[in-house]
Amino acid sequence: MASIKVDGQLVEVPDYYTLMQAAEAAGAEIPRFCYHERLSVAGNCRMCLVEVKGGPPKPQASCAMNVKDLRPGPNGEPPEMFTNTPMVKKAREGVMEFLLINHPLDCPICDQGGECDLQDQAMAYGVDTSRYAENKRAVEDKYLGPLVKTSMNRCIHCTRCVRFTTEVAGITEMGLTGRGEDAEITSYLERALTSELQGNVIDLCPVGALTSKPYAFHARPWELNKTESIDVMDAVGSAIRVDSRGREVMRILPRVNEAINEEWISDKTRFIWDGLKSQRLDRPYVRHNGKLKPASWDEAFAAIARALKASGGGNKVGAIAGDLAAVEDMYALKALMTALGSGMTDCRPAMSGIDPSMPRSAYIFNPTIAGIEDADAILIIGANPRKEAALVNARIRKAWRARGTPIAVIGDQADLTYGYEYLGNSLSALVDLVARKGSFGEILAKAVRPLIIVGEGAVSHGAAHSKQIGRDVIAMAAKLATGSGASEDWNGFALLHNAASRVGGLDIGFVPHDGGVCSADQVGLAGKGELDVLFLLGADEYDMNAMGKAFVVYVGTHGDAGAHRADVILPSAAYTEKSGTYVNTEGRVQMTERAVFPPGEAKEDWAIIRALSAVLGKPLPFNSLTGLRAAIYAEYPHLARIDQIAAGSVADVRRLAGAATKSTAASFTSPVKDFYLTNPIARASATMGECAALAAGLKQAAE
Amino acid sequence: MLADQDRIFTNLYGQGDWGLEGAKSRGAWQDTATFIERGRDWIVNEVKGSGLRGRGGAGFPTALKWTFMPKDGAGDGRPSQLLVNADESEPGTCKDRDILRHDPHKLVEGCLLAGRAMGAHIAYVYIRGEFIRERHHFEAAVQQAYDARLIGKNNIHGWDFDIVVHHGAGAYICGEETAMIESLEGKKGQPRLKPPFPAAMGVYGNPTTVNNVESIAVVPEILRRGGAWFAGIGRPNNTGTKLMCVSGHVNKPATFEEAMGVTFEEIIEKHCGGIRGGWDNLLAVIPGGASVPCVPAEKIRHAIMDFDGLKEAGSSLGTAAVIVMDKSTDIIKAIWRLSAFYKHESCGQCTPCREGTGWMMRVMERMVEGRAQKREIDMLFEVTKQIEGHTICALGDAAAWPIQGLIRNFRPVIEARIDAYTYSSTSDGAVPSMAAE
Repeated sequence: MASIKVDGQLVEVPDYYTLMQAAEAAGAEIPRFCYHERLSVAGNCRMCLVEVKGGPPKPQASCAMNVKDLRPGPNGEPPEMFTNTPMVKKAREGVMEFLLINHPLDCPICDQGGECDLQDQAMAYGVDTSRYAENKRAVEDKYLGPLVKTSMNRCIHCTRCVRFTTEVAGITEMGLTGRGEDAEITSYLERALTSELQGNVIDLCPVGALTSKPYAFHARPWELNKTESIDVMDAVGSAIRVDSRGREVMRILPRVNEAINEEWISDKTRFIWDGLKSQRLDRPYVRHNGKLKPASWDEAFAAIARALKASGGGNKVGAIAGDLAAVEDMYALKALMTALGSGMTDCRPAMSGIDPSMPRSAYIFNPTIAGIEDADAILIIGANPRKEAALVNARIRKAWRARGTPIAVIGDQADLTYGYEYLGNSLSALVDLVARKGSFGEILAKAVRPLIIVGEGAVSHGAAHSKQIGRDVIAMAAKLATGSGASEDWNGFALLHNAASRVGGLDIGFVPHDGGVCSADQVGLAGKGELDVLFLLGADEYDMNAMGKAFVVYVGTHGDAGAHRADVILPSAAYTEKSGTYVNTEGRVQMTERAVFPPGEAKEDWAIIRALSAVLGKPLPFNSLTGLRAAIYAEYPHLARIDQIAAGSVADVRRLAGAATKSTAASFTSPVKDFYLTNPIARASATMGECAALAAGLKQAAE
Repeated sequence: MLADQDRIFTNLYGQGDWGLEGAKSRGAWQDTATFIERGRDWIVNEVKGSGLRGRGGAGFPTALKWTFMPKDGAGDGRPSQLLVNADESEPGTCKDRDILRHDPHKLVEGCLLAGRAMGAHIAYVYIRGEFIRERHHFEAAVQQAYDARLIGKNNIHGWDFDIVVHHGAGAYICGEETAMIESLEGKKGQPRLKPPFPAAMGVYGNPTTVNNVESIAVVPEILRRGGAWFAGIGRPNNTGTKLMCVSGHVNKPATFEEAMGVTFEEIIEKHCGGIRGGWDNLLAVIPGGASVPCVPAEKIRHAIMDFDGLKEAGSSLGTAAVIVMDKSTDIIKAIWRLSAFYKHESCGQCTPCREGTGWMMRVMERMVEGRAQKREIDMLFEVTKQIEGHTICALGDAAAWPIQGLIRNFRPVIEARIDAYTYSSTSDGAVPSMAAE
């Protein structure tokens, strides 16, 4: 600890603190532009200058100077810093004037207006008139792709965007070229940025130089309703804020959640919102003579009732939950299926090796996302975290940058933004590691906190393969995670899901039971005519042509694959339109909030299922969301603990490790082929479509 | 006045052989092994006793700088290193180039001895991009020293030492010590934040001392003749000899070696054949390279040319590059030209310098014509004060000082220019009003 006097007030701070942190600890506010606590210190904006005693006699950048850089007084008095002296005031006014002389006065037409650091700080530290009589600098706007709009006249050269892209996102595509007042932030070749985290530079930019292209000129920040919610684009469950106006979602921004996304979100999370407005199912449809016709809710329910009556009942009725389903929806559907006497429920992708009988620690990311930073060796099996969970990838990169954590990959040899040892994509590589062969085998053997990330590409092997491969991968990964050197209090087995619904579905047992079969087999049975009615709860990732003559009921939001195959469509609410519980890949229970209402006649999923149950004469025992949740919490108490994780036990992982393995050959590949088009909402989004086309090289830069 | 036998740079004008043989005939590489043997503390003490202050402009005591280096490496295996700043780009300064091309062995030997004094086994010499011949000579001298096993592994002096010559790309800012380190590492030449200082974290993260060419090149001679000899030249705290470069309106512009502590008049009369048109024709002098304030004629004539003497005159010795301007000079335009130089050479990293240098230059541009308001003079002065001391490196200060010197000393000239412009304007407004109004 070090003591320092801030404006005469003595504070004790850790000795690695900067002057800025010390000032904040003492409650003194220091303005800044270039400084950002998650990026390296640049010290170039000079806005945070303070006066110090016990250091150089000129104003010092408080973001860059450490408390321990200051010398104590001659009699051991603590060093002093001042944030409110005339020298500091003059320094701030001077810097502010310099920043403003070449900054356009276009706040009225600037998208940053109302949430602009420069605007705010000019109010606090600026002067009211300009003394600058020369012409202002003009800078050409740059093309950075379909997501980030530039207005480079406004740039104040803080280099936050450059530091973010190189340090966090791991792309070296932005930089500061030129010298002096001709210095420009540019991607130089003016191609679209290739990071899936690039949208964060919009938030980082303290002025309006980098703004959101899809959101451009759509709304002003003060006219938006802000709803704190959770993202469902992947299984990470990033904390987001949904900004809406009237019935429209206007934009999505990140919230700080140190445990998950720090303060970043992926581009899919951020720019998905236009997909919430197009291709929406806003009324029920019933298929007549091969054509879907608009219908009333009563007609739709009647059609389902007829089909169920005509069916064999029991296990002749199946239900598959898709990637975006909330716990409440799945619980209600499972209750309905039970009432119908069917055990045919599944929320896992085709031929998943995750067995319903496995303990919770077999299917969650036990070490937690923040725990990635503690790992001393990381093995990634059958996953491309950059595409499946961009923020998990950012954490891995952070650990790699900070500690040089050794990383190895079995699976796709992709650019993950960090260095790793590539061990091939076959099962034999994993077998070798279990036998502690090879250099990485030795690293894992010595690791105290090994982190074994198992992707869905390693546990789910599609319709053609057996589930045994996935089970064997889990057993081997568990063996590696609990190896000889591993610490007792460390659970390094980490299953990386890529769908928001998965862990919640597994938690409430939305899996086959009482003679039911898994999702792939349900589709197979339907194709053979042995399954009469199939409920798809937003499930679009299956082969819709393989379902034969089965009567398909699609409960979902978008006119995607499932809706095209459906015999009855029941329109439901998207994640921004309902309060739903989601459990992320760590097993962390989180809840979305309703920001807007569902379009047209669409209803919340659980309410649709409850209403249908009444029509079928088997009314479910809840009449409100509160009642439904009470039932869920009574059965699964851990789901009531929002934002917390019911930890999986290490002992369970050890038991998994003991399982005998039978598979001899398999290859691993990530199931996410196109980051931008993984779910129905993304596929309805024009922005995501453009990004996907650019990523695939189908389209060249527009400008 | 400096006696001939006290000269250190005896081949300053390149009349003799610059190579190894010539250098040896002038005394170089003699007793070097003895100095190395006497060890680190002895060298540091001799240099401390000589009172040598850094010759790059700031005048920081050289021996004191060396003592900032960790005693036994950094304690964590990081090697100590010497970085010689041969990026001489200050307008008016042309002393290091003469050392590099005419007496390079002075620097090579100096690197070895200074390296011993700070426990370094490697020296990087960063040579300005525009210095082509200088680099050829210096590289050749380094090669000669390697061939003669004067430096290198297992050399005859018993202190393993390597010299790496690096060629810059011609940016003024790379003469700033931390920008030089960045540039040497292959990055963009932008100054680093200090602390950490180079002595703690320099080239490739290792402890590094950055010294000017002249500071290093005088070290062998100081050791050979003793620190007391060097300290006996000049005034206390301003000891030794100094290479001075006089350019501008003198009859014979020259680079020469002179004792510190002589007056401006003496050096001009002795070395430069007097002021063009006589002393009455002298307008102003920039005594220490482009970045120091100018001094008007009446103050400079009897000013003492050393660190403290010029400080009293309201300027600074800097690199001792004297730019003399007679009364034919448009002093406002001359300072504008310097402003244009600093605007061009600002690296663009930090706000006050990036935005301020262009602003100052543009106001100066108008003042050259007189197309300005008198109150803008005060505004300009205030702008220079807003830049000075608020930047990461000293380039902001360097850009501000010439203008401050101009306003302090030649305000009536600027006002007269504005008046003349105003009088000659017509009723339809040749004088533009301020944009803010």
